[in-house]
Amino acid sequence: MLTTPTSRPAPLAQSAALGPAVVMILLGLFVLFGVALAGPEILHNAAHDTRHAFAFPCH
Amino acid sequence: MLRRLLTIALVAGLAAGLVATAIQMARVWPLILAAETFEEAAPTQGHHHGSGDAAAAHAALIEAWAPEDGVERMAYTLLFNLLAGFGFALLINAGLALARASGRQVDPMSGLFWGLAGFAAFALAPALGLPPELPGMPAADLLARQVWWLATVVATLGGIALIALPRKAGLALAGLVLLILPHAVGAPHPDLTEASKVPPALAAQFVAASLVSAAAFWAALGTLSGWLQRRYP
Repeated sequence: MLTTPTSRPAPLAQSAALGPAVVMILLGLFVLFGVALAGPEILHNAAHDTRHAFAFPCH
Repeated sequence: MLRRLLTIALVAGLAAGLVATAIQMARVWPLILAAETFEEAAPTQGHHHGSGDAAAAHAALIEAWAPEDGVERMAYTLLFNLLAGFGFALLINAGLALARASGRQVDPMSGLFWGLAGFAAFALAPALGLPPELPGMPAADLLARQVWWLATVVATLGGIALIALPRKAGLALAGLVLLILPHAVGAPHPDLTEASKVPPALAAQFVAASLVSAAAFWAALGTLSGWLQRRYP
């Protein structure tokens, strides 16, 4: 997915986007783990209806 | 660049979270509350949100905190919907930024396609094995379902990326295999002899309502992200 499909784009633009993209993906995964999958009961109870509505596995 | 992309993700994620919340308020939350009345009325003991009998009332005292039904519960659901919106917005905007940097056009229409890919990977494909589920329905082991859910999301994202991005026949074929693989393996299923506490009609309505709210969420998220990335380059 991250490979360059053609030689057209400047390599500079790609490497400039890579850093921010990695930071955003890691932050996004962290947030979503808390919302969707994390185990602690208090977190589960607070996120309960969101988990059911988005069909994240719950209970 | 990071600051600009984080701002775009925040705006698009909050807006899409609000779209999801509006639809859920009208069509999803009432079904969850209705299912809980059946769950609590069922003779076998429900395992949370406290049951009516004395033992459960006692257990509720030492149970973990949960938001009070009503405004507090809705406020927490709104909060977590917005967080889900922000989390998904971070992922989709990272993808759009990489696509843009590799010379692809990023606009509302291409954003919509990315959003539909997100819908397919995070909602549609997992729903084939694990249909959206109400409280009180029998379900397989939680960890096994989470593992299958996550593997299906990753495989579907990879499959769509292999088909849509390189545009090469061999890779597209590999992508197709990735799309099918989780369903060939099969999701962990509950013991179907165990009766559901929830009426089938309610469960059927919930599957449709959950998928429709997810579709609207992803369409809004993708379109808005594509628009914002083009508007604020």
